[in-house]
Amino acid sequence: MSNRFLTPNQKKIRKKNLAILITLVVLIIITFVISMNTGVIKLTPLEVFRTLFGQGDAQQQLILFEFRLPRIVLAVLVGISLAVSGAILQGISRNALADPGILGINAGAGLAVMLFVSFFSTTKAAPVYLLPVLAFIGSGLTAIVIYTLSYKRHEGITPMRLILTGIAVAAGISSMMIVLTLRLTPENYQFIATWLAGSIWGSNWKFVLSLLPWLIVLLPFVYSKSRVLNVLNLGELTAVGLGASIEKERRLLLAASVGLAGASVSVSGGIGFVGLVAPHLARQLVGAKHQFLLPAAALLGGLLVLMADTIGRSIFEPSEIPAGIVVAVLGAPYFLYLLAHLKE
Amino acid sequence: MATRAEGVEGLEKLQELQRRTHPVRALLALIIGLVSLVFAIGLSISFGAADISLSMVWQAVFKFLPDLTEHQIIREIRLPRVLGAALVGACFAVAGAMMQGMTRNPLADSGLLGLNAGAAFMLALCFAFFPGLPYMYLIMWSFVGAGLGVAIVYGIGSLSKGGLTPMRLVLAGAAVSALLGALGEGIALHYRIGQDLAFWYAGGVSGTKWSHLQILSPWILVAMIGALILSRSITLLSLGEEIAIGLGQRTNVIKVWGMIIVLILAGAAVSVVGAVGFVGLIVPHLTRYIVGHDYRWIISCSLVYGALLVVLADFIARNINPPYEAPIGALIAFIGVPFFLYLARKGGKEL
Repeated sequence: MSNRFLTPNQKKIRKKNLAILITLVVLIIITFVISMNTGVIKLTPLEVFRTLFGQGDAQQQLILFEFRLPRIVLAVLVGISLAVSGAILQGISRNALADPGILGINAGAGLAVMLFVSFFSTTKAAPVYLLPVLAFIGSGLTAIVIYTLSYKRHEGITPMRLILTGIAVAAGISSMMIVLTLRLTPENYQFIATWLAGSIWGSNWKFVLSLLPWLIVLLPFVYSKSRVLNVLNLGELTAVGLGASIEKERRLLLAASVGLAGASVSVSGGIGFVGLVAPHLARQLVGAKHQFLLPAAALLGGLLVLMADTIGRSIFEPSEIPAGIVVAVLGAPYFLYLLAHLKE
Repeated sequence: MATRAEGVEGLEKLQELQRRTHPVRALLALIIGLVSLVFAIGLSISFGAADISLSMVWQAVFKFLPDLTEHQIIREIRLPRVLGAALVGACFAVAGAMMQGMTRNPLADSGLLGLNAGAAFMLALCFAFFPGLPYMYLIMWSFVGAGLGVAIVYGIGSLSKGGLTPMRLVLAGAAVSALLGALGEGIALHYRIGQDLAFWYAGGVSGTKWSHLQILSPWILVAMIGALILSRSITLLSLGEEIAIGLGQRTNVIKVWGMIIVLILAGAAVSVVGAVGFVGLIVPHLTRYIVGHDYRWIISCSLVYGALLVVLADFIARNINPPYEAPIGALIAFIGVPFFLYLARKGGKEL
């Protein structure tokens, strides 16, 4: 979009939105520093900065670069991908309550990872890179199942039926997972239990590297489809009128959304509600245009998960509360609030 | 005050309903259900780690000899367990039937509406802050928790623009369950009582003792009698609020008593078995399909078939992969999920 065709008012909105995006980035950086500083061993902000620029002692370097930094980066990446995944789902289904967790896509990814862990070894070496792929397959299959089950001839897909089907499929998958947990060795059980609760468990650069390619490929693709999302958001008839081949675009975007959700589930378990809350907050801050909505949602998602992980790690020391639980405690009331204020 | 025209319309609806009720079929279903239940209980007692013949089961119950090991096993382990299963099933099913009738919501079920999660959350609190609390108090708190869960769900539902639609209730229930579940899980992780809770959740009815049954059965008995007394009014309520008022029902009184009974039943069941969903959804639907739309029959048949379902589920859970026990909630979800999908697909028009 070029600046030349904008009215003064639109220019003002643009400026405001850019300011909001910059504020979000600053907030993430602040949380980043705070999070670097929280943990059993305290480091002052100054020490954090000095270590970041290669001036710390060996112990400080070890703590920051091998333990805290990968975890922080992962939390932000997971938040980004879940939020964008939710924004896509809300856009293509025109359903304000859509979210990869509620729709059962997270559960599908979880089941795939769990099947792998219970029949093969744990997470050593190569499987780390395999996990996002498995999670993608699991969530993709689940998405297909949900899509097919909620599709009705003549009526197509109604948003509410989609969500109800998602809830039911998620319930079915989680009961399968409960059965599987009984067959696990204690060591694997511990791994799965922490993972399922939505913990950023892979405090390790390997996990960052396994997640990053997905984001690098999918995020630009989704952003390039911002206009399509805007059009889809207007409703089916308008979209057809404007010439978007909706079914094809919708499936492509759905696949991207599933990919993002699946990849992040593979390193963080079932963090729900991020995909719901972040796009909503973003919409209230920057409006419904996806050119701004997508980056704002991504930043908010990253901020949210990073904050949740930091809170879960620091407030309840020495025990850790998984980020997924913190997010659910914050996100569920917001969902209920939305439910109370939305028209059917 | 109801007008005369509303009264007439109500009577017509009532007659229509009576035409769609099948008393003979219902009585037959009730008898078959009872016989199957007795048989299933006998079967469940006799199969297990130590196989015991059915005649031995009969003797242990009616001609008890304390010296025989088999008799001891039956009396102390298997009998309380199977009775616990039957009670839990009956409670969930009757609670579900009442909720479906009162809210006219075909998707109502204590598991879906946040009741089970509320009770489970409260139990997590008890385990964390008052370890070793007597069973009696655990039950009381489990009732309070169930009430909390359902109050939030209904509160949200009725605050909404457009009112309490079935969809909204289910969504609110899912969110409240997620919230209370997360809180409970957080508490469990922080206080390191996760294993106790997990044991209690997955334990099914295996840990049921006579003392538990003794504490629970008076409550359940009173609540069941209350449910049967209310059942006629619930039938009228299921025709719609205005019609029920037109026929002279005090709907608010019925709803309050109905809710109290539902809370007692679901709270008691959760305190025994943990959060098991879908029993309250499936059983009332099946019985409604068989006996028609009179809640006197629906509730009494749900009682019997709910008990039968959970006794069978427990039986399968124990014997599918011995010596391990499959979690009973997961087994029931395997039946419940496709059923829920079917209902959601139909759009829940039929009630």
